[in-house]
Amino acid sequence: MKTSEKIADATANYIDERTGAAKWLKKNLTKVFPDHWSFMLGEICLYSFIILLLTGTFLTFWFDPSQREVIYHGTYLPLSGVHMSAAYDSTLHISFDIRGGLLMRQIHHWAANIFMAAIIAHLFRVFFTGAYRKPREFNWMIGIGLVTFGIVEGFLGYSLPDDLLSGTGIRIAEAILQAIPVVGSYLAFFAFGGPFPGTAFIPRIFIVHVLLLPGLFLALITIHLMLVWYQKHTQYPGPGRTEKNVVGYPLMPVYMAKAGGFFFVVFGVTAFLGAVASINPIWLYGPYTPGQISAGSQPDWYMGWLDGLVRMSPPLETHAFGHTISWNILVPGLIVPGILFTGMALYPFIESWITGDKREHHILDRPRNAPNRTALGVTSIVFILITLINGGNDVIATHFHWTINGIMWFSRIGIFVLPPIAFVITKRICLSLQRADRDLVLHGKETGRLVMLSSGEMIEVHEPISDAKKWTLTQHQQPGALPAPLPTSATTGMIGKLRARMNRANATQVPAATLTELKELGDSHH
Amino acid sequence: MSTGNNEIERFQNPGLPEHQHRNADIDPVAEKRAERQVAILFLLSAAGTILTIVSYIYVRNDKFVFIPILGSTNVQQILLGLGLTASTLFIGLGAIQWAKKLMPDQEVIAERHEFRSKEIDREEFVETLKERGSSAGLGRRSVIKRTLGLSLGLVGLSPLLFLRDSGPLPGKYFDTTDWASGVRLLKDPDGQPVLASDLEVGAVTQVLPELPAGVERTLENTGKDAVLLIRLRPEDFNLDPERLSWTYQGIIAFSKICTHMGCAVALYEQQTHHLLCPCHQSTFDVTRAAKVIFGPAARPLPQLAITVDAKGYLIAKQGFTVPVGPSFWERNSSNG
Repeated sequence: MKTSEKIADATANYIDERTGAAKWLKKNLTKVFPDHWSFMLGEICLYSFIILLLTGTFLTFWFDPSQREVIYHGTYLPLSGVHMSAAYDSTLHISFDIRGGLLMRQIHHWAANIFMAAIIAHLFRVFFTGAYRKPREFNWMIGIGLVTFGIVEGFLGYSLPDDLLSGTGIRIAEAILQAIPVVGSYLAFFAFGGPFPGTAFIPRIFIVHVLLLPGLFLALITIHLMLVWYQKHTQYPGPGRTEKNVVGYPLMPVYMAKAGGFFFVVFGVTAFLGAVASINPIWLYGPYTPGQISAGSQPDWYMGWLDGLVRMSPPLETHAFGHTISWNILVPGLIVPGILFTGMALYPFIESWITGDKREHHILDRPRNAPNRTALGVTSIVFILITLINGGNDVIATHFHWTINGIMWFSRIGIFVLPPIAFVITKRICLSLQRADRDLVLHGKETGRLVMLSSGEMIEVHEPISDAKKWTLTQHQQPGALPAPLPTSATTGMIGKLRARMNRANATQVPAATLTELKELGDSHH
Repeated sequence: MSTGNNEIERFQNPGLPEHQHRNADIDPVAEKRAERQVAILFLLSAAGTILTIVSYIYVRNDKFVFIPILGSTNVQQILLGLGLTASTLFIGLGAIQWAKKLMPDQEVIAERHEFRSKEIDREEFVETLKERGSSAGLGRRSVIKRTLGLSLGLVGLSPLLFLRDSGPLPGKYFDTTDWASGVRLLKDPDGQPVLASDLEVGAVTQVLPELPAGVERTLENTGKDAVLLIRLRPEDFNLDPERLSWTYQGIIAFSKICTHMGCAVALYEQQTHHLLCPCHQSTFDVTRAAKVIFGPAARPLPQLAITVDAKGYLIAKQGFTVPVGPSFWERNSSNG
């Protein structure tokens, strides 16, 4: 026996005699994971979360989450003698006096941005491929929980240094609380321990930021991953892949090396950004005071859509019976986001209700094969893009020499007009792509070779595509083929009619090519 | 594969394509080369760690160097960052290269298990649920059911109750400021009183109320009291007689706290006499008593009535007549 074999033998023996895990480990070390670049998006979320935990812990060693007033006497001379909170003072200390402190702050902030960007990209991947369908609805909902808490966590994080920019963000959050009917001014006073800004808020959000939400993330991520593990990963359609199998590489050693290596790659890229790309230079903003503000006040981009919605709201308030209701805050700040996130969380159930599809799905959809879903996804993206543009309208206006008023009116009208147009266009594109697939299977691919027939007619020679490709392009189940999903009771009434209508719209598909058709064509071609 | 006359025949799954061997699988030279690549990547990582250690200990943290694109950069920060980058990135790249070039690359097939349990297990599960449930008698004992519901509902109130002391009650806080009749306007931040003649036409100044002796100014005060003084030519105003009497020789005063979400309304356009809030771009027309002319704000900035005292210093004629800042439920907005 070689030494390495002896070590493996002893290790396995040691573990099993103490845990009895031999059977479980034997099975799971050879667990198969399908390979695709888009499956790395979820990994980036996990790895940037770990980076956030590591760098965040480092920062807590020096950060003082207190709004106690101090006078700055540190190494950054432009602020010398300025009154500021201990939170801001200690952030300056980390940035200028702790070796590697600024680097860690910047890695932490970049990792937060990467975390949110990867979550959103991962969400799009899961949505457009229909990966959330049965049996993965719970994991989708956990994911929506993670993106929601991620936005909150990010907001709290960049609020902690108590600089002029983030203090303005807190001021806006306070105004949202204050706008809630009946209990608003009480909620604001309880959250801030009295009048804004007070001295209680930063210590409170600090503990939420470093303990409560990270704990919640850990719990949700653990369940998320356990479900992925137990349910096995979805896979893209292709030769050899079916609803009953999973094709890929085993965990040990290939996935351990790839996934473990990828963690270090994500860390390296984040560290590089932290090294060369300045982010949130709070010393330039100065400490927070409610009487001042800097031009071009922008939240981090993942809050930008919310800010854009608030900016585009018309000036609507109800004044009656000695009370005030601020629709200009409540609608864009609470009601629309509430509807959006609830809708997202329930989407798997809504889709299955419309299509009547209650089957399990492990093979992913190519987006073109689900035109309505893809169109809805693009519609949402267009909606969010318009809000983002409006969230940065001041910066865009100064860069491109447009008027803020022009951009604002573009968004106010565009938010209603452009998403539906995007829906129609995307659906047409999807159906055209289905038609292109059909042509490719039935007529083969273009070779660019032109041949003149004896009759003088010019034709381009087409080459048949491989069997693997033919299968990939035709394997999907089309909604039209589903058993009639509508029980009679549900077809009556408004809701039933709506459902029937959406079901019909969903069944609009270009029929996938079949072998029968190919054979018939073959007969007539020759 | 025989099909009936009317049956549509679909394409068949051709199965996994045949495995293609990589260069490193068949060519020992290529294998050695791949091995060397992996080793070099790991060595680069080690070099990165050494760079990190050296720059942490031996590079001073107050040295700056000009780097194109990045500008003036702290030498230690950038070296630490690049060292950390190399030490992590190259471990990752090495491991991935190892996996891609040298570890088995043949795709394998694993069967999926069905999630649905066997019919008999499912039935027994339902039976167990029913039987255990009824043995507790929750369905029958409606008194227990209702009292349990009541107590569970009430127990949820305790955490809310315990949060009560997280802050005082707002009372009339949102309705009041420190401005009152005769209070002097002090420049922020130097705290000097303002002579009307100090302000030129077109000038903008932030002022705060003079607080009684012994009262220290806090951020909370500033958040409600901040006022902008703007001097226009008196003929530029388009005000009703009452509001015009609140100005003094073309000097007009507004609360600086936005009536939308409380940001400081700090951007003044001299040409158009517009005040713009940088948060959400609400725009107020100074000549028309800060009427909202664009953006989400629903109410004008409250105007502060000003005049001068015997020495010529600007003072408030009276406090604000309406609450300043963003809306709240108890705000009576019937008079503005």
